[in-house]
Amino acid sequence: MKNERKRTFLLITIPILALFICFNTIPLIRGVIYSFTNFKGFGSYDWVGLRNYADLFTDARVGKSYWFTFKLAVVTTIVVNVLSLLLALALNSHIRAKSFFRGAYFLPNILGSLVVAYIFNYFFTYILPAVADMIGIEALRTSILSNPGTAWIGVMVVCAWQAIAMNTIIYISGLQTVPEDVYEAGGLDGATGWKQFKYLTFPLIIPFFSINMVLCIKNFLMVFDQIMALTKGGPAQSTESISYLIYNNGMSGGQFGFQSANAVVFFIVIVIVSVAQMKFSGKKEEQL
Amino acid sequence: MIEKKTNISAMTVLILGLCTIALPLYLTVVIAFKQPSEMTNSISGILSLPKTWSLNNFREAMEITDFWHSLRNSLLITGLSVVLSIVVHSLMGYALGRNKAKSKFYSFVYLFIVSGMFVPFAILMMPLAKQTAELGLANWFGVIILYVVFYMPMNVLLYSGYLVNIPMALEEAAKVDGASTWRTYWKIIFPIMRPMHATVAVLTALAVWNDVMTPLVIMAGSGENTLPLAQLNFQSQFGTNYNLAFASYLLSLIPILIFYVICQKQILNGVVNGAVK
Repeated sequence: MKNERKRTFLLITIPILALFICFNTIPLIRGVIYSFTNFKGFGSYDWVGLRNYADLFTDARVGKSYWFTFKLAVVTTIVVNVLSLLLALALNSHIRAKSFFRGAYFLPNILGSLVVAYIFNYFFTYILPAVADMIGIEALRTSILSNPGTAWIGVMVVCAWQAIAMNTIIYISGLQTVPEDVYEAGGLDGATGWKQFKYLTFPLIIPFFSINMVLCIKNFLMVFDQIMALTKGGPAQSTESISYLIYNNGMSGGQFGFQSANAVVFFIVIVIVSVAQMKFSGKKEEQL
Repeated sequence: MIEKKTNISAMTVLILGLCTIALPLYLTVVIAFKQPSEMTNSISGILSLPKTWSLNNFREAMEITDFWHSLRNSLLITGLSVVLSIVVHSLMGYALGRNKAKSKFYSFVYLFIVSGMFVPFAILMMPLAKQTAELGLANWFGVIILYVVFYMPMNVLLYSGYLVNIPMALEEAAKVDGASTWRTYWKIIFPIMRPMHATVAVLTALAVWNDVMTPLVIMAGSGENTLPLAQLNFQSQFGTNYNLAFASYLLSLIPILIFYVICQKQILNGVVNGAVK
């Protein structure tokens, strides 16, 4: 009887584990191996040791893509969390048509980010300049996507537009865990408005804040679709995200080996950021 | 309980916010119906409704992007990925969840799979493109296998977490009746995990339906498209006819919008459960 149970569990685990290893672990290992070669994606290749890694740290284009990706991730995370916390507080207060609003606010999140970015591309390229022209805002007369200094803001807006929906929903479910009597008791001690938020509400929803932070940073660091549809990395490579650079130069640019090294470094960066966030948020949680 | 007054400032914020969501969607619909000659650069011209509500743009866009074919591929890939994910991931979640506390092997496998969550697609992309080509899997079927692998860490985490709430006594009772572990799983455990199946289905479906990168990398040579991939591949064919392009965008958004209107509650629950767990 006991053996039968053990055998069943093994028969379930082994094939599924094999599948996982075959399409996750092995490609990962192959990626690491390619990173030590000068493989172009086809033909023969030689071992080059750590040269790809050495080149990576002096390559201006790679450096630029890390700078862009982190700038985008940090700024978007801040913008998204401030706005979605505000919206969640509004959606959780006494309002009319609550379920309609909640449903409507989540809508952007279910739409495909590629198509959303195409729509915004048109918006930034034609509509915004036309509107700016009419009301006389000089700075917005040309498309923000065509200027290397401002193109990242366009990417940020599109990422935020979709991500706010997700974060708002998570904050709402956080706010719903705060019992009404906490506010009542706090009210007696004079905690209202901003004070109430700072000392009561926020400390109690910190676990949800952590979730949103982890979700945001990880998603934005891996940004790809929006770049593909908005800028294709341009202008002047100012909006090349790490994923986009790896895809573009690795798959079709003949830099398979070099971009594999880039991907390995990117992987390590993601792990460090995720582990650091989990350590950090694990400490700050407050229990009711 | 006293009925509190509606919070006016909250309502104002929400209505303003709603405009920023509605405006791009409104423009998409309007532009999709207009003719190129109706496109002017004045605010009234941008916001105005089309002169006629003709479906010609949609008909033409469908032809250019081979819409029905892409839709079929998207539905097939999403449907099969969801079904396979539920079956495979719940089984794995069960096997690992029930054994990881007392067995080193299972707890290692559990950690091994769950830590797959940290692996970005960027590092797997190039080796996988080669590997799927070598195995003859550079097609929709390969894409489905990859989804089952990619979402395994998250879903196994969800399933084995949910399993903690299901008492062992249920299984032991079935065992006394002489049922095998396999049978017990399908007859008792699998049905009980229904709420988690809904969460997994929603999360997997949304992620797969909207994914661009995996089909882009894996199916590029197969001549087949999913709905998002078709937008990417046919983008240049619209040229400056933005009305056609927008008709095509709208077409590709409609299926998921219908799904959202029908299952809004399940989707919201699923997404929150998935994130908070």
